[in-house]
Formats: sequence, C-alpha cells, structure tokens
Amino acid sequence: MPPAEAVAADIETFLDLDRDKELLRFTTAGSVDDGKSTLIGRLLHDSRGVYEDQLASIRNSPLNRSTGPLDFSLLTDGLKAEREQGITIDVAYRYFATPKRKFIIADTPGHEQYTRNMATGASTADLAIVLVDARLGVLPQSRRHAFIAALLGIPRIVVAVNKMDLVDFRQDVFERIREEFSRHLERLGIPGACFIPLSALEGDNVIAPSARTPWYRGASLLEYLETVPLAPASNGRPARFPVQYVIRPDLNFRGYAGQVVSGSLRPGDPVMVLPSGRTSRVKSIVTWDGELAEAFAPMPATICLEDELDVSRGDMLVRPSHLPHVSRHFEAQVVWMSEQPLKVGRPYLLKHTTQQLSATVTAVRHRVDVNTLSEEPASRLELNEIGCLALETARPIFFDAYKSHRATGCFILIDPIGNSTVAAGMILEPRRAPGADNAAQQALLDLDFQSSRLTPAERFARAGHYPATIWLTARQELAYLLERRLFQRGCQVHVIAEEVESRILPEVSALLGAAGLIAIVSTSRPNSAECERARGLAASGRFFHFDPQLLDASDDKAAVQVCAALEDGGVLPRTRFEVGEGI
Amino acid sequence: MTRTLTHLRALEAESIHILREVAAEFARPVMLYSIGKDSSVMVRLAQKAFYPGKIPFPLLHVDTSYKFGEMIEFRDRFTREIGATLIVHQNKQALADGASPFRLGTQNCCALLKTRALLDALAEGGFDAAFGGARREEEKSRAKERIYSFRDALGQWDPKNQRPELWNLFNSRTNKGESIRVFPLSNWTELDVWHYIHLENIPVVPLYFAKLREMVVRGEAVLPVEHGLRLLPGEKTQLVMCRMRSLGCTYCTGAVRSEADTVPKIIAELVSFRRSERENRVIDHDQEGSMELKKREGYF
Repeated sequence: MPPAEAVAADIETFLDLDRDKELLRFTTAGSVDDGKSTLIGRLLHDSRGVYEDQLASIRNSPLNRSTGPLDFSLLTDGLKAEREQGITIDVAYRYFATPKRKFIIADTPGHEQYTRNMATGASTADLAIVLVDARLGVLPQSRRHAFIAALLGIPRIVVAVNKMDLVDFRQDVFERIREEFSRHLERLGIPGACFIPLSALEGDNVIAPSARTPWYRGASLLEYLETVPLAPASNGRPARFPVQYVIRPDLNFRGYAGQVVSGSLRPGDPVMVLPSGRTSRVKSIVTWDGELAEAFAPMPATICLEDELDVSRGDMLVRPSHLPHVSRHFEAQVVWMSEQPLKVGRPYLLKHTTQQLSATVTAVRHRVDVNTLSEEPASRLELNEIGCLALETARPIFFDAYKSHRATGCFILIDPIGNSTVAAGMILEPRRAPGADNAAQQALLDLDFQSSRLTPAERFARAGHYPATIWLTARQELAYLLERRLFQRGCQVHVIAEEVESRILPEVSALLGAAGLIAIVSTSRPNSAECERARGLAASGRFFHFDPQLLDASDDKAAVQVCAALEDGGVLPRTRFEVGEGI
Repeated sequence: MTRTLTHLRALEAESIHILREVAAEFARPVMLYSIGKDSSVMVRLAQKAFYPGKIPFPLLHVDTSYKFGEMIEFRDRFTREIGATLIVHQNKQALADGASPFRLGTQNCCALLKTRALLDALAEGGFDAAFGGARREEEKSRAKERIYSFRDALGQWDPKNQRPELWNLFNSRTNKGESIRVFPLSNWTELDVWHYIHLENIPVVPLYFAKLREMVVRGEAVLPVEHGLRLLPGEKTQLVMCRMRSLGCTYCTGAVRSEADTVPKIIAELVSFRRSERENRVIDHDQEGSMELKKREGYF
C-alpha cells in the first residue's frame, strides 16, 4: 500500500504516533567545502522533508553546482547574497521528521569569522555534527568546531567523516581520523564521540548502512540521530523558576508566570524567593489545561504561593535546600560577538534568566586560542574571540555554573548604546581558596569574624590565593608587568623595589605575606644573603626565586612562566580552560 | 527521574516563553492577526501564556479589502468569543485611489495594501513589538529569520545586521522609532500547526475544509471568483471540490483540489501530498528570491 493510502486509512494511528515523538535539536558545523550543506540537503531530501515544488525550483536554478542531477546544498543556502558567494554565512534552521523523531537543525557556517553564528546554533542544541573531509583529515576548523560545541555544553558530538567516496572508502583513512580527533575530543572533555564514515553526495551511511563500508558496523547517521538517548533532561536537578510575568486578572488571583528551567515543582513544595530570601510553599500550579500535580523542566507554568509575598519579574523561585550562588561577582567564559572590542571597565547590560541589569567587565583573565586551546594574556577581546572574564553586576544575580545548569548559567551582554548583543557568556563555578573544599569554605564564611583575630584561612578566603614572595633579580620591568597581570587576575599584589634598603627586604616581604599579599621583590643585586633569609622567613613552598638564566628574555613570556609556577605551586587556582564534564 | 516533553509540548513551551517575554519587556506589543491557521494557533498560545488573565495586547488585522468574506466573518466572531481586543486597519487612501491587484499587479498591490498599511498601523498605534505567525519552514529566506527580528525606523529588515540569538535570552532593546517583529511559531512546521489544531480543538476558518465551491480553473490553478476576478475569454466558473491551503487575498490565493473536510483528513493529505504550502500563493513566485525582497521592504 502506498504511504498516502496507508496514512488515510489510519490517520488516527499516525496522529497518535506523531504526537508522542520527541524533539532532537542538533547543530552542524563544517568548513566551507566539507559538504555540510550537501549532507543536510541529503537528510532533508531522503527523509522526504523536501517538498516537490521546492525541488522543482532547484532543478531550474542556473547555480546548480553539483555534478549529479541535484545540488542538495541549494536547498539550504537561503539568502541571495549567500547564494551569490556560494557560502552559507548565517544560522539557518531546518526541520524534518522521521517515523521515530522530529528534528530541528541549526545549520551554521564553518568559516573562521563566523564563530558567533556557530555559538548561536550550538546554544540550543542537544547534539552537534562536526564534519571532517576524509581527504584532508582533521583541520584546524574541525578542532575549532569541536571546541565551540564543548564550550557551549552540547552533550553529544557526532563526527561525520565525509567524502569517503573520494578516498575509495578506505578503512585506514577513517581510522586515522578517528584516532586523531578522539584525542582532541578527550582533551575537551568529550570522550566516546560517535564517528561515522559517509558520503553525503552519494548517500552512503547517511540514511541506511552502505555496502561500500563493510568494515563499518555502526549505525548510519540517521539511525544514530533517531536512537541516541536525549540529553539527560535538566528536570533531575534542583528547582529553578525565574519569574517572567505576574498574572493578576483580579484581586483574588496572583500567579507568577514562568518556565521551570530546571528541576520540578509540586503543590506543597517549599520555595524561597530570591533576592528577598522569603520562603513560602507552592499553593497551586495553574495552566489553561487545568491545575498540575507537577511541573518539570522545561514546562511553562503559573505558580501561586501560599503566602502573599512581593514577587516580581526577575525574581527566582528556588528550593531552599538547594540554593544557587548569589553574588555581584563571578567569572565566565565568553564568546565576543561584536565588531567593537570588549573594553574593561565599560558598562554593559547583562541579561541573565529574566533579569537585565548593568554589568562591568572588571578583568580579562585570559584569551583562548581556539586552534591550540592555549591561553594567552589579553586586555581585551575582539570579534569572534573567546576568553575568560571577571564581571561585576550592579545588583546580585542568582546563578549556577553553566556546566551544571545551562539555563541559570548563561547570559548575554548588550551594548547599552548601540543595543546590539555583544557577547554570550557561560558562568564558571565560583573560585574557592585553594585547598578549601565546599564545606570548609562555608564554615569560614559562617565564622563570627568580629569576635576573634583574623586567621590566615580567612585571608585566603577573601583574597582567593595564598600569600607568596617572588624574588626577581635585574628584571624591574618584568616585576611591574607581573604585578599588573596578577592584579588583573584579582590578586592582592605589591612590588617592593628601590624604596626599601636591601638589608630589610626579607622582613618587608614577610610582612606583606602575613597580610595575605603576593610580594614581588625586584632587586638589582644577584644572589645574596637576603634572598636566602627571605626564603627562610616565607612559609614553606611560598617562596619563588627564579634563575635569570631560565626565565625567558621577553617580559611577556616570562610573566606567563612565573604565573604557571605560581599555579603549579598551588598559590593561585588554575584558570585553565574548563570544558570538562559537560552537562 | 528525567522526563521529556513531546515535540508539540516542547514547541508550545518555547512559544509561551516568547509571548511572556515580549509582554513583559515591551511597552506596547501587538499581535498581527491574519485570520489564518497560524494566527489561530498563536492566539491560543497567547491565551495559555496569560491564563487566567486575558491576552494583554490587542490583535491587529491589516485588511486589504480583498480578503474572503468567510475570513472576515470568522475574524469578528472568533475575537468576540475570546474577548480579545481587535484593531482593523486599511490603507484607506490607496483604496480610495483605486488600488487593486487588477490595476496594479500583485507586487504593487501588496506594497500598498499590505506592507504600507502594516507599517502605518504599527506607527499609528505606537507599537514597539509585533507578533507574527511566520514559520522558518515556510520559505527559504525565512529559515534564517530570528525569533526577535529587528527592523529599522523605516520598518526594513537587514539580513546582514540581525542580532545573534542565544539560548532563550532575547535582546529586547530598541532605539526610538525602531521596532521588533517577533515570531513565536518560528520552529513550528505546517504539520505541527495542524496537529496542534487537532489536539487542542482550535477553531479555524471553514475555507480550509473541502467543499464544492464556485471557482475558475485556469491551467493548474483553481481561483476563487470573489472580488470580481476577471474571466479570460472562453472561461466559465464551475463547481470544484477544493479547499485553501493558506489564506490571503482572494486574487493571490489559489485553491487545491481536495476532499479533506476534517482536520485529520487535512493532515493525511499533508503527509501524502507533499507540496509546500506557499506554492499556491502567487507573490512568492513573482521573481527569484521575491519573499526576501518583500521582507527587506517591510513585508511581514
């Protein structure tokens, strides 16, 4: 029976099946010639998502670039300018369904200057397909795509090794790429990615397994997309309910409309309202379809509380036993998306959950080279650059680390004058004093500070680092550069140079250490008795004397060496790029 | 325990979130109400978003005066029943000057009676955000449309200058005179819309359902005779079993031959009879990339 009649014969069954389908959102990233558009066109076409008349208009197009009868990439390259350039330059959304699932594709360009589009597509995706050209192997772009997928916390990655037809479907080519790329993905904290050898142009392993890759026993791309478990939903986590809108049709009803962004809420559950800290219980969960016994993420709901509290947009209902962080200061990884570079100290608007408020970038901790993953010191970020920032908001915000709660860990920055969206941010777990675990940290904060003398532990908690003495000989410029770098990282630091008689340098540096500071001693005299005396006065492991022969001649590079030594010595917490665990 | 929503409930959740964000962040939002199936779904989502309150913004219908009589009848009844505020706007000057698709051709007619009328209505009402029922799946140039689509002070769309949209954090900042078009149904497909109408029992204009109608058959096209369609020499009207797949002005909306007289039958037809829904709308085919041109000029 042809499908048409089958459907007509049993439309109710079709509707029942269709109604219960899940939705998988995925993003595709590839370089200009990886054949990404061809792959998407193939998925849409072969899953019959392409309608006949759209096909007809492509057959008539003079720009048909492929050698075959149909150029699938023309199905997806939408805007005129792009068609002329032959490059997809924006995020395009595509839709298709199979009998098992519904899919939304965020098709994003792989061109270097369009990192921001890739980040945009990735922000809502459950899965990323990264394309690799089998002939060219793992290119810097492929690494970059994987990096951005990891940065945006996409839970799953599929590596589509495309154009296998052009390498005669050789297993060794595929295996070599798999080995190399797996190593890179593991570095990014994504173990066990799925690798599929395919030819988008000829259809091998796209919809059905191909006879031309007998050595490959895994699923075809579509089979994988249809069966991969959806990412662990955020509804297993502590409840978070940012209030969007207060519904008050009359004096008898006051409900808080919003979306459960993580966890779940039931009538009777205790809730705390942030920022007021007032507590109440959920009285009822009201919807057009009736009252609910439970609302879980990502359901929209209107919550009524048992007590009359003052709650408005921007407030958040949370479970009192699992509070988010509440602070005006936090660190985040950001993708800079504006032609205008980031300026430290300039006010921006920050939008986080349903709050919008003024925020300032207080420091650029570092910039990440997306090709090598190495961190570089930076004082600003330019378009499409990625870095780690320290931010300060006008009022406290209630947040979680992005890697544990996507919805309460993400934010955007808006230019308050031009109104453009200039950055996407992912909040990092707040830094702790080194060595202090969660409970210890809490215990420190709970101390009644006024009733006892300050302890070194309290100083560590405040400063976020241990005291140390850095002894430099004949490198005064380096001393001041280092002071600036450490200051930008939020350290309390001071250079002791010519102002002190050299015989009392050890005592002065020890005094600064006692106050919790990092002291940088800059002296013109080579190894001296003072140096040894200072080492003796400093706490063990907190004295750093650098052999001038071993420090780089460039102040810039030497500063990085010193910071690394401080990190290795445990004085500073590591600010290495954290893309680990995933969500 | 983790649970997931079905695709329709996930789409519903996303749309409701968008509707509430706009209502909270804009001073004067308005919902463009075109009377079609997408508008019907959008209105239902708005009812859900603000329940038990009323929809906190008016509905705006840009009436070219060339719509089907059945559409106007449905519009007035439906909006009255749900207690929504309805604004109807026409480009009275152009109509008085005799603007019609027969005299101006479809491109110029649309520019005056739809695009101009819409921009005037938005300016007159001082609306800073307008909801539209457009879906990305409908047409290629719409695939890249943002959910919040930024328009300059002249109502124009610049595809090179759209704001990136991340997560569900929408940037609602506008300068004076600028406005935002918002598309809460961006991620819905035609099948989703019909399935949701079925599931939720949402009323739609009867023109969507097949019955015998007096039509003109011109080549492949089946055209309604309302509003004085001029017959070509030798043409006669005839009774055709047909329905509308999308609703616009009578002159620009052809019918499809169909026997689908219920929502499930329409869905069955949709699944088996795959032709994209705008195909019977003349305007998209005026010239290559024509929808994109219209959008740049301010067409919804």
